[in-house]
Amino acid sequence: MKVAGTITIVSLLIATGFIFHPVTAAEIPSNERRSGYTFMAPDTRAMQDDDTANPGMLGVLDGEALWNRKAGSADKSCADCHGDARVSMKGVAARYPAYDKLLARPVNLEQRINLCRARHQDAEPLPYEKHDLLALTAFVAEQSRGMAIAPDSAPELEPFVAKGRDFFMHRQGQLNLACTSCHDDNWDKHLAGSAVTQAIPNGYPVYRLEWQSLGSLQRRLRNCITGMRAQNFDFGAQELVELELYLMSRARGMPIETPAVRP
Amino acid sequence: MRTQTAPTRRRFLRLAGHAAAIGALPLVVRVRPVEATPETMAAAIRAVVGGAVVQTGKVKLDIPPLVENGNSVPMVVSIASPMTAKDYVKSIHVFNEKNPQPNLGNFYLGPRAGRAQVSTRVRLADSQKITAIARLSDGSFWSVTAEVVVTLAACTEEVI
Amino acid sequence: MTTALINVPKKAKRGDVIEIKTLMSHIMETGYRHTTSGQIVPRDIITSFACRYNGEEIFRADLFPATAANPFISFFTVATESGKFDFEWIGDNGFSETAAASIIVE
Repeated sequence: MKVAGTITIVSLLIATGFIFHPVTAAEIPSNERRSGYTFMAPDTRAMQDDDTANPGMLGVLDGEALWNRKAGSADKSCADCHGDARVSMKGVAARYPAYDKLLARPVNLEQRINLCRARHQDAEPLPYEKHDLLALTAFVAEQSRGMAIAPDSAPELEPFVAKGRDFFMHRQGQLNLACTSCHDDNWDKHLAGSAVTQAIPNGYPVYRLEWQSLGSLQRRLRNCITGMRAQNFDFGAQELVELELYLMSRARGMPIETPAVRP
Repeated sequence: MRTQTAPTRRRFLRLAGHAAAIGALPLVVRVRPVEATPETMAAAIRAVVGGAVVQTGKVKLDIPPLVENGNSVPMVVSIASPMTAKDYVKSIHVFNEKNPQPNLGNFYLGPRAGRAQVSTRVRLADSQKITAIARLSDGSFWSVTAEVVVTLAACTEEVI
Repeated sequence: MTTALINVPKKAKRGDVIEIKTLMSHIMETGYRHTTSGQIVPRDIITSFACRYNGEEIFRADLFPATAANPFISFFTVATESGKFDFEWIGDNGFSETAAASIIVE
């Protein structure tokens, strides 16, 4: 089944000229930027728009409960330091991944939450991609809903953004594809029935219909890398954080839609 | 040097006969169908309506003709009915023909509903026909059928 | 952590037809999926949902493996009097959850 799938995708890609065209490496001009929302069918968009019908909101509600729950040996909740998330977390997701001075590298929102737990709550890190971390991240990110993505401007981040950009631009894997081949050069075309979007990660953690649950941007990136038949990375890998950093910088100005619904 | 009993036809037939008698060597292998079929759907419908005639009309099924993802397909069933104490929709039954199971949902209303309309989200395993049947307070059955095309997501993931 | 999201208008006029929207978190495991080692993942679904308006049942639904994860169900009812809506979800493995919402009917 997997071999058949790969062969089908390869022939589709050759047919649409993906594989043999040179990589153009031009970022999408800001006036042509479109959220993944605009590529969806009206019914899926309606699911995102209605807070009572959006399954991602269940995660946000759970995250709110976790925000108020005491944790760790310090027996503190997020709320004990940060108060009302509606105030203190407003704008946070819009500028993540951000630079962490102690670690001297960028961290994403999930890692920031776990760093807080370790440094201030004396609590165990929440495991990647499990319900609690997803819910808490969704709750924090939802506080930035509607705000424009405004990446952290720390100059120390520049070399990491460059690394993320290199990854996005270079051909890799069995299909010899670069992320840019689809997402800069061929967006709005279709691959096996699904729209090729611009890879603007403005709604994470996202309720993906394919997953039937909330999931992080790193989960989606790992999916993409698997689909490209390239060497994958573990959750939390530095390379994935750099890619997230580049993607968010590339998505500058787009509105946060967390919790978005995507097919 | 190998000693081997040459398999004679008589010996083979005797062996086969014994095996068939014990049942160890079935000559026909029956594969249990995993998907529902139009027959299974018809049987499920009969279980609800019995021998009654099902008329087409009155029922509207809003379901995208081309679904974004078969894991979650929004569906709205509505019936034109005054929803009074004398004339109302008692129940709505939705069926499919290609999922492993023929049922998509049963919904029980009554005169207090005000409007005979139910929304939910269902899973569809393949492109197929969906049939919604309404039972009215006067005992009559009305139905509508829609065809839905289901595609899969392009990049599948490895199990986490 | 099981969560229910209910949307009921806070106020309505007597005789208004109101829409009630419900969302319940549940994996709705179909019982048809396999693990990578080939074993069936056992079925675990919500099988029924009911809504009572001041104690009287106004809506009921039978759910199946074909119901999408995190079941969303919306339906209508006539606002007759102020009071309470009680919602109940019952399913496999002893699953039982309730939620409530109030309404003021003028």
